[in-house]
Amino acid sequence: MAGRGTDVRRQPGFGLIAGLCLTILYAPILVLVIFAFNANSIVSIWTGVSLDWFAKALDNEGFHQAATNTMIVSITATIIATMAATAAALGTTRVRSWRGQSAAYMTISLPLMVPEIITAVATLSFFALVASVFGINLGLGNLIVAHTVFCIPFAYMPIRARLEDMDLTLDHAAADLYATPWMTFRRVTLPLLAPGIVSGAALAFIVSFDDFTISQLVAGPGQQTLPVFIWSMTRRPMTPELNAMCAILLGISILFISFSALIGQRRR
Amino acid sequence: MSSVVAKAGLEIRNVGKLFTQPGKGDFRALDDVSLFIKPNEFFTLLGPSGCGKTTLLRMIAGFEYPTEGEIRLNGDEISDLPPYQRPINTVFQNYALFPHLTVDQNIAFGLEMLRRPKGEIDKTVDEMLRLVKMTEMRGRKTSQISGGQQQRVALARALAPHPKVLLLDEPLSALDLKLRKEMQIELKRLQHETGITFVFVTHDQEEALTMSDRIAVMSAGKVLQVGSPRDIYDHPANRFVANFIGETNFLTGTVLSAAPGRADIKLGTGAVIAAGVPDGMTPAGEVTVVVRPEHAVITDPETAAVKGTVDTVVYFGTDTHYHLKLDSGAPFTVRQQNRRGREVHLAAGQPVGIDIPGGVAQVLRD
Repeated sequence: MAGRGTDVRRQPGFGLIAGLCLTILYAPILVLVIFAFNANSIVSIWTGVSLDWFAKALDNEGFHQAATNTMIVSITATIIATMAATAAALGTTRVRSWRGQSAAYMTISLPLMVPEIITAVATLSFFALVASVFGINLGLGNLIVAHTVFCIPFAYMPIRARLEDMDLTLDHAAADLYATPWMTFRRVTLPLLAPGIVSGAALAFIVSFDDFTISQLVAGPGQQTLPVFIWSMTRRPMTPELNAMCAILLGISILFISFSALIGQRRR
Repeated sequence: MSSVVAKAGLEIRNVGKLFTQPGKGDFRALDDVSLFIKPNEFFTLLGPSGCGKTTLLRMIAGFEYPTEGEIRLNGDEISDLPPYQRPINTVFQNYALFPHLTVDQNIAFGLEMLRRPKGEIDKTVDEMLRLVKMTEMRGRKTSQISGGQQQRVALARALAPHPKVLLLDEPLSALDLKLRKEMQIELKRLQHETGITFVFVTHDQEEALTMSDRIAVMSAGKVLQVGSPRDIYDHPANRFVANFIGETNFLTGTVLSAAPGRADIKLGTGAVIAAGVPDGMTPAGEVTVVVRPEHAVITDPETAAVKGTVDTVVYFGTDTHYHLKLDSGAPFTVRQQNRRGREVHLAAGQPVGIDIPGGVAQVLRD
């Protein structure tokens, strides 16, 4: 009964404000997706339903190239970043507390606070320097390195949170029952950490998948990722093909998030 | 002359633990502790929280290392071995069952780590499940069983590898009273059936008295007294032990005469009582004697040597506690069993006499 009076949903105007917020959030995306099905070649004039623009988008050579690049970069960066983040999380939680601990924690999570354009310019300068001094250019590898680096703090957060929640006496119990440190990690820590690792990896993948700023600056010719490619499309006369590409990108993101949420749920 | 034959049992020899905390100064958790725990003994470390009993247990398990002294198991030094190399298992206070494994997988864990053959593991797990009466629950996740059942799984898991010593870290503290009483009996039965040495940590003096073969009373990192429950209760070595184990009355008096094992003490009220004396002590001058509330008897104020008045009366069902005030001003409690037809009806303010039979009083060392 006390809950009824204090329930936020019963406050006057709640429905209106909530509706407004949801509209502002989702209406533009909804419009974007709807117009991907427009038959007319001018985005703003609706003439009828058609899947032509999806066919056209999927047929676009540049779109293919960008999609392939994105997949290679995102998946590789996600795997490496998640492994590094797991190691970092273990190193900052499962050790005797030491003087530099909070400094180490700050150092790992600080990139989240640095404006992305600064990271992008710095990364670009770094690769330019490496190329001019050592003559090394890894091509798509540059992009993978850049993505891996900025994905680490995103993957680190949920893994660390999970580790901090975990009862350290479980590790002690395993050691007490004759498990060597390696077996303790394999049989107890890792299986219990799995949900954290899955959400860390999912976060890293999404961040890498839709990164624009850094990719735009670092990517060389023929190394465009999907967001960069779509952005370059907006500089030409816009057709619903662009909307279709965005809808495909959105679809992949939603699919991926649902998938990782499902895994997280089943683990519980 | 030192013996060549290895002594069977767990030996704690002059063990100390100094925690160095940067910025907070050092903390001595254990100070020169020596104990010898015999094979197949139910040994209890008893003391208030912070007395060092859990630190000592963690050292025996291998989660802490002593800064001084050594720990030997059947003659072999084990102080520096990691936990996974010690034939010692622990029942943790919060049970620490593996949440991602089922009941039987939890019990099999230690045996798997020891790389025992599959057939042997299955056989032992079945046996353990029967021992703790959890056979029907074997396929459940540990989150799907009650606290008492988790407790039994934790016991089975620790007993399955058949350790030389089983350590129990206040394992009953999370259970309700009725379940705790059941588990106390259960633990005694398991210890008897398995023949394993149990080292039990608790702050509950009643639990310690009812379950242990021997008890070590600890305070501030030191062992104050080691003995059978009866020894510790009837002959407490000092004020802390007397106070910590059960209720006690403290009286001060002067020694009139002392012989080995006994002394006549003149109390402040003028009454003279005969008291027991700890081994090797020759009491003189001012001493403190203890009298358990159930050993004193309320009598007629006219004839009794010790007199006082009733302060409060508390009824407990099986017995009644009379909180008295002696003529010297000191408080004194008498506990009397409520036997049908023999209840004494006393009211506050009423004068009473107290009879302290010869030998029930005990002189304290300090």
